[in-house]
Amino acid sequence: MSCFRLENVSYRYDKSPVLQGIDLRLEPGEILGLFGHNGAGKTTSIKLILGLMQPTQGTVSVLGGRAGDPSVTQNIGYLPENVMFYPQLTGREILSHFARLKGSSLHQVPKLLEQVGLGDARDARTKTYSKGMRQRLGLAQALLGRPKLLMLDEPTVGLDPVATADLYRLLRDLRDEGTGIVLCSHVLPGVEPYIDRAAILTEGSLKAAGDLAALRRQANMPVTLSLEPANSISALERVIDKASTSSGLMIKTDNGRLRVDVQPREKMALLKTVMASGEVADISIQQPSLEDIYVHFIGSGGLARRGGNQ
Amino acid sequence: MNRIWTIARKELSDSLRNRWLMAISLVFATLALGIAWFGAAASGQVGYASTPATIASLASLGIFLIPLIALLLAYDAIVGEAEGGTLLLLMTYPLSRSQLLLGKFLGHGLTLALATLIGFGVAGVAIALLVEDVAIASLAAAMTRFIASTILLGWGFIALAYVISVRVSEKPIAAGLALAIWFFFVLIFDLMLLGTLVASEGKFSAELLPWLLMLNPTDIYRLLNIVAFGDAAHLSGVLSLGADLPIGAFGLWVGLVLWCAVPLTGALLLFRNHRI
Repeated sequence: MSCFRLENVSYRYDKSPVLQGIDLRLEPGEILGLFGHNGAGKTTSIKLILGLMQPTQGTVSVLGGRAGDPSVTQNIGYLPENVMFYPQLTGREILSHFARLKGSSLHQVPKLLEQVGLGDARDARTKTYSKGMRQRLGLAQALLGRPKLLMLDEPTVGLDPVATADLYRLLRDLRDEGTGIVLCSHVLPGVEPYIDRAAILTEGSLKAAGDLAALRRQANMPVTLSLEPANSISALERVIDKASTSSGLMIKTDNGRLRVDVQPREKMALLKTVMASGEVADISIQQPSLEDIYVHFIGSGGLARRGGNQ
Repeated sequence: MNRIWTIARKELSDSLRNRWLMAISLVFATLALGIAWFGAAASGQVGYASTPATIASLASLGIFLIPLIALLLAYDAIVGEAEGGTLLLLMTYPLSRSQLLLGKFLGHGLTLALATLIGFGVAGVAIALLVEDVAIASLAAAMTRFIASTILLGWGFIALAYVISVRVSEKPIAAGLALAIWFFFVLIFDLMLLGTLVASEGKFSAELLPWLLMLNPTDIYRLLNIVAFGDAAHLSGVLSLGADLPIGAFGLWVGLVLWCAVPLTGALLLFRNHRI
């Protein structure tokens, strides 16, 4: 049973398309990163999965049922972007209120508060909470009743580095127990090590989806080799010049090392030639990062284009 | 049902926490006792005049106060959650919009009912104990009727406040519209009716005219509390039309209940179709 499955989903808001022909699915025990510029349709996709809105076209099935069905939402945890709570209530009162609404046991309330590091602040009113503390309470709220599908919109905003690391560790544990997790974030380097698959949205359509290796293949972006010459840098340069047949190969010199951008399919051939020549003392290989892939798919349009019209 | 009660329980504990319940009860008790003792001061005497006169004065004051309190209590029920950012979160829980609104209604309704019961109840008991020659049975009947109709009137205005609260997207607008509703039913409506009466010079259908009173819950409320004493002399202004209403007290009660049920149903339907 998939955590959710979007099939050819489109959504229009006042006749202007917000989402167009989205096909996306999430299996249990998987962390999906959902990326896109402001107004790309991330929040709309999440709202469709939560059943807050109905798609104009296409089907949305969640945990084997209909999105928005009470028996389905019971098993979903959601942390909205900029989560807010009742300022006059304490952390414990709020979490108990939401536990009652979800029909889950009140025993887990103190445990969850402890788990997100709010044990000491549980009896303070949330109007005294910092942004990070509100975020933690939001996370505790999303974890109520052991959800099978967890959707987190910018979960690390306001969290310090230690808390962020704790959060990712927690998400990994949950994933290993079979929870399907959706992560929306703009902090790409932060989430890169933790996601199993990424989906990149731009202007309402899905530009790419898959694991990082597949996305790298699809993007076909050059791999950067950094070479330390064994004898002289010019000798190394000559070796590479001779080996290179295709265009798109670039050579730059910086502090005694040679940086070479090479097409992925030519990488191995070049490496073999360089190794055989004996002119190289050290090699480091740098794959395109999630951020590079993201920029590749989104296109490097100006801020104005990506400003979002929400 | 559990979820409705969870929402109601939060509203109720909120009104205990922010002292709303206590404040309203206190206002009601003070007003009731003040009117009971000093209501006849204009005619040159201090002390309890009579049960009908006290109830009539209380009802006249109630039409100003009850709608105002009910509207203040409920105007931000939904728009407040939306502005505070909690509505979106609530809607991702296994809780339907109807359940949320009904829970709010139960919570606000209970708050108002408790305050009315405590405030006017205390006043009723004080009158029964302190006034020597008051007829307890008729006082109890009048007070019960007064409290019950006050609660219904309050619920009606809570429901009217919800109609606003589910439609608008900003709290100040909701507050402004709530005040406009109060202004319309408490002040404008009777003036308009009176104006129609005078301008039509009796050409307006005499059978239809009294029914117009049923369009205003505060008029029904006043009629209910005054007509019950079989004393049309207390009916002044447009209320004298009420003497011609062919329906008895039962009809008036039905009218008040409808004034709760119809706006509440309307608010539920509006909320269900509203995009969050």
